[in-house]
Amino acid sequence: MLGELIRDKGREGRRGYTLPKLDVDETDLGEVLPKKSLRKEKPKLAEVDEPTVIRHYTNLSRKNWGIDTNFYPLGSCTMKHNPRANEAAAVVPGFAGIHPLQSEDQAQGALRVMHEVQGFLAELSGLPAVSLQPMAGAQGELTSILMIRKHFEDTGDEGRRTVIVPETAHGTNPATASMANFKAIEVGLDEHGCVAVEELREMVDETTAALMITNPNTCGVYERNIKEIADVLHEVGAFLYMDGANMNANMGRMRASDAGVDIMHFNLHKTYSTPHGGGGPGSGAISCTDELAAFRPDPVVEKDGYNYTLARPEKSIGRIAAFHGNFGQILRAWNYIKMHGPELKDVSDMAVLNANYVRARLGGAYRIPYDELCKHEVVVQPPKGKKALDIAKGLIDHGFHPPTIYFPLVVKEAMLIEPTETESKETLDDFVGAMLELAETEPEELEEAPTHAPTKRLDETRAARQLKARW
Amino acid sequence: MARFTPHTEADVAEMLEAIGVGTLDDLFADVSPKLEGDLDLPPALSEYEALKEVEEAAKENVAGLPIFLGAGAYDRVVPTAIGAILSRGEFLTSYTPYQPEVSQGHLQVVFEFQSVISELTGLEVSNASVYDGSNAVAEAALMTARLTKRDPKVAVSEGLNPRYREVIETYGVGVVDLPFDGGMTDFSKVPDDVSGVFVQSPNYFGIIEDVEAASEAAHGVEALCVAVCDPIALAVLESPGALGADVAVGEAQPLGMPLLFGGPYAGYMATHEKFVRQLPGRICGETVDKDGRLAYVLTLRGREQDIRRAKANSNICTNQALTALAATVYAALLGPEGLREVAELSASKAHYLAGKLGEAGLDLRYPDAPFLWEFAVELPDVKKANEALLENDIVGGLDLGDGAMLVAVTEKRTKKELDAFVEVVANAG
Repeated sequence: MLGELIRDKGREGRRGYTLPKLDVDETDLGEVLPKKSLRKEKPKLAEVDEPTVIRHYTNLSRKNWGIDTNFYPLGSCTMKHNPRANEAAAVVPGFAGIHPLQSEDQAQGALRVMHEVQGFLAELSGLPAVSLQPMAGAQGELTSILMIRKHFEDTGDEGRRTVIVPETAHGTNPATASMANFKAIEVGLDEHGCVAVEELREMVDETTAALMITNPNTCGVYERNIKEIADVLHEVGAFLYMDGANMNANMGRMRASDAGVDIMHFNLHKTYSTPHGGGGPGSGAISCTDELAAFRPDPVVEKDGYNYTLARPEKSIGRIAAFHGNFGQILRAWNYIKMHGPELKDVSDMAVLNANYVRARLGGAYRIPYDELCKHEVVVQPPKGKKALDIAKGLIDHGFHPPTIYFPLVVKEAMLIEPTETESKETLDDFVGAMLELAETEPEELEEAPTHAPTKRLDETRAARQLKARW
Repeated sequence: MARFTPHTEADVAEMLEAIGVGTLDDLFADVSPKLEGDLDLPPALSEYEALKEVEEAAKENVAGLPIFLGAGAYDRVVPTAIGAILSRGEFLTSYTPYQPEVSQGHLQVVFEFQSVISELTGLEVSNASVYDGSNAVAEAALMTARLTKRDPKVAVSEGLNPRYREVIETYGVGVVDLPFDGGMTDFSKVPDDVSGVFVQSPNYFGIIEDVEAASEAAHGVEALCVAVCDPIALAVLESPGALGADVAVGEAQPLGMPLLFGGPYAGYMATHEKFVRQLPGRICGETVDKDGRLAYVLTLRGREQDIRRAKANSNICTNQALTALAATVYAALLGPEGLREVAELSASKAHYLAGKLGEAGLDLRYPDAPFLWEFAVELPDVKKANEALLENDIVGGLDLGDGAMLVAVTEKRTKKELDAFVEVVANAG
C-alpha cells in the first residue's frame, strides 16, 4: 500500500540484526545509573526482520526518481551522473574505518587527500587558501561571510553592516547574510539579467561589507561585468564573494581570482559529482585570497616536509564543524578530479553546449527572457496562458524530472533548465520534444498531470494545516 | 571529450550548428576575463588508476585496529544491509524532493527518520536537515534566541563537547559557563538573561547528567532547555522530552554511519510542535494526493530560505537525506530491543574495562559519577600510553591534555581487546 510505514510491517519480538554475544560480566544499568535517568517506556520503533527491511526500502526507492533512472535537469543543482568509482573510493576500509580524532601520524593518507583537494580547488579558482570544513554549500556561504565579518573586526572597521545580493540570488545568500548579522539589501539587474553596475555603484559605501554574486547567475547568464563589479566593491574596501553553485560552467574557462573575487564556495556535490543523496549530505569547501586566509575555519591541512598536519589559521573564525567536514565527499571529489585532470574544462564545455542546445531548440515555443548565450543552464517561460507548474507535472508523465520552477524569482513562471554534460543529444532531443508537445497541450489536460507517477498531485495545504510529521 | 560525457565530434558539430555558433570557444564569448592556457592539474587517470591511488592513500592511514576513541564519533557495528539500500541509485542520485510525485521514496524515509527521532527524544517534531551534531547544537542555540526573543546567549558547562561549544561560538552565539564539579554540571545558578541552557547527557566525559534539573533551571529563568543526547543512549535513558527538555539535538552517526574520518554524518533535531515554526530546515509531513491516497510532502515551507530569503529562520538548504536513510534503516534493523542491546553491550564492556583499570591501580577521573560507555581515566603519561597501545595494534583513547584519557567502548570491542588495553596501559609507565 502506498505510504505504509516500516513500523506497520513488524510484530513485537522480530529482529533484523544480531549482535556479538556479551563476553564479559553483564552490568545492570539499574544498578549503575540513577533510577530517574532510566527509560520507562520502550520507544515505538519498527520490529522487523532483515528481508522485510530490504524489501520495504527497495520498494520505497522505486517510488523515487534519480539521475540513474531519469533525466533530471533541475536548474542550479547540477544533476550530473555520479561515477560509481567515487562510491567505491568512499567504502575503502582504510578510509571508512578511521576515526576523526586519530592522531595526524595515523591519518596521513586522509590528510594527503585533503591537502591535494585544497590544491585542486586553489587551482580551479585561482584563490590560494582553501578550507574543506563547511558541510554544505549554505555553510560555505556562511563561513565566507563570517570570515569577512571577522576581517572587519580585526581591522577595526566596525561600520560594515550590509551585504548586497542581486535579485537573482539563491535564497541562501540573503539568509546567510542575516545569519552572519548583516543586513541583506538587493541590487537590481540590467537588461541581460546581470547585476546593474551603475545601481551598485550608487549603493556601495563604507558600510558595505560584501556583494554575494553567483556567476554564471541564476538566469544562466555570465556576469560579464564581474571585474568592474569587483573594482566597485574594492574601491570602498568591501569584498566580492562568489557563490560557486554554478561552477560547472566555469572550469578551465574563467578563474574567480582573475575576475576579482576575494572568496568563494564550491559545491563538491554539484560540480565534482559527489552524489546528492536526496538533498544531502553535501560539501561546501571555500577558497579565498591570502588576505582572508588567516580567518579560515579551524583546522586546515598543511604540508610540513613529507608530513601532513592540521593547523589552526592565525585569526580563525573557529570551528564550523565538529571534525574535518564531510570527508567522504572530499574523498569522492578527489577521485573525480583525478579522473578528469585538466579535462575538467571539457566538462564545462559540454555542460554549456548542452544548455545552449536546449535554449536554441526551445526558442519560439517557449519565451526566453535572456535569449543570448547562456552558460550551463537556461531559464525559459511557458507560452502565454500556461503555468510552469503544469508543464513541470506534464514532464513527469513524459518520464522527465522537471526543471527548477518559479526560480529565479525575477522571471515570472520561470523554468530553469540545467541539462549537465553527462546527457546525450538523444536525451536532450527527447526532452525538447516533450517540452514542445506540452507547449501545445490544452491547459485543462495539463492540470491533471501527472497521471503516470507514484502519486497524483498532493494536497500541500493539508500537510501544513494538519501537521503530521511522525508516526 | 570529457569522461562520462556521451558526445561524439559529430554530435558536437550538429549541436553547435543548431545553436548557430562555429566553435566551443564561441560559447564563451561573453566570458571576461578569460582563463588562457590549461588548468594545472595532474593528468586524467583511468578509473582503475584512480582507485589504485585511493587504495594507496588508504594504506597511509592506520585502520582496521580496535578503536577506543569516541568524543562524538563512535566505532559501532554498521549492518551490511544499510550499504545495500544506500547504493540504490534512486536514493543516491536524487535531490531535495521538490517534486513530491516522483520523490515519495525519500519523503517517506524522512518521515520515518523524523518518527524514529521523535520516539527516541520524546518530542513531537523533528527534521532531517542538520549536517552533524555540532551543527544541530549551533542551530538549536539560535533557535532558543528566536523563541525567547532574547539575544543568542546560552549556558553550557565543560560537559558539553568542546567542539560543539566552539561551533556555537562560531555561529555568533554568546556562551556563559556553568560550574562543573565531579563530572557533572551544577545547574543551580543559571544567569537570567540566557536564551538557552544546554545539557549533554551522556556528557563529554561519558557521564549521565540531570536533564530534569537543567530543564527546571532553564524554565526558572524563562529560557529553553536544549538536551544533547547520543541516540543509542536514548534506547536506555529517559527521553529528554519526558525530562522537560524543549529541544533535543545530537549526532546520529552511531546509527549506522561509518567513522569515515569525521563525515558525512547526520545531525538530528527535535522539539515540541508548538515550536515547529522556529525549527530550521526541511520538514516532511503526511498528506493525500488528488485521489485521496496517503502520501508525503515537504511542509511548512514558509520558514525556509528559498521562500523567506533574508527573514528565513536559517540558511539551511540541505536535507541530510542519505545519512538519515542510513539511520532509519539501522533503527529498523535493530528495533527497540536491538538498540537497547547495543547500549547494554557497550555499557557492560565499558564497566568491565573501567573495573580492570581500577584493579590495575588506575583511577577514573570521576569515580563516583554514573557513566554508560565512555569514561576518563587518569594516567601518568597519556601520550606514552597511546604510543604503547599503537605498538600493540590498538588505537587508544583521546588525550584530554591534562593527565587523563577519554576512553570509549562499543559493542565491537572484545574481552581480548579490553584485556590487552588494560595490560598495555598498566605497563606503559
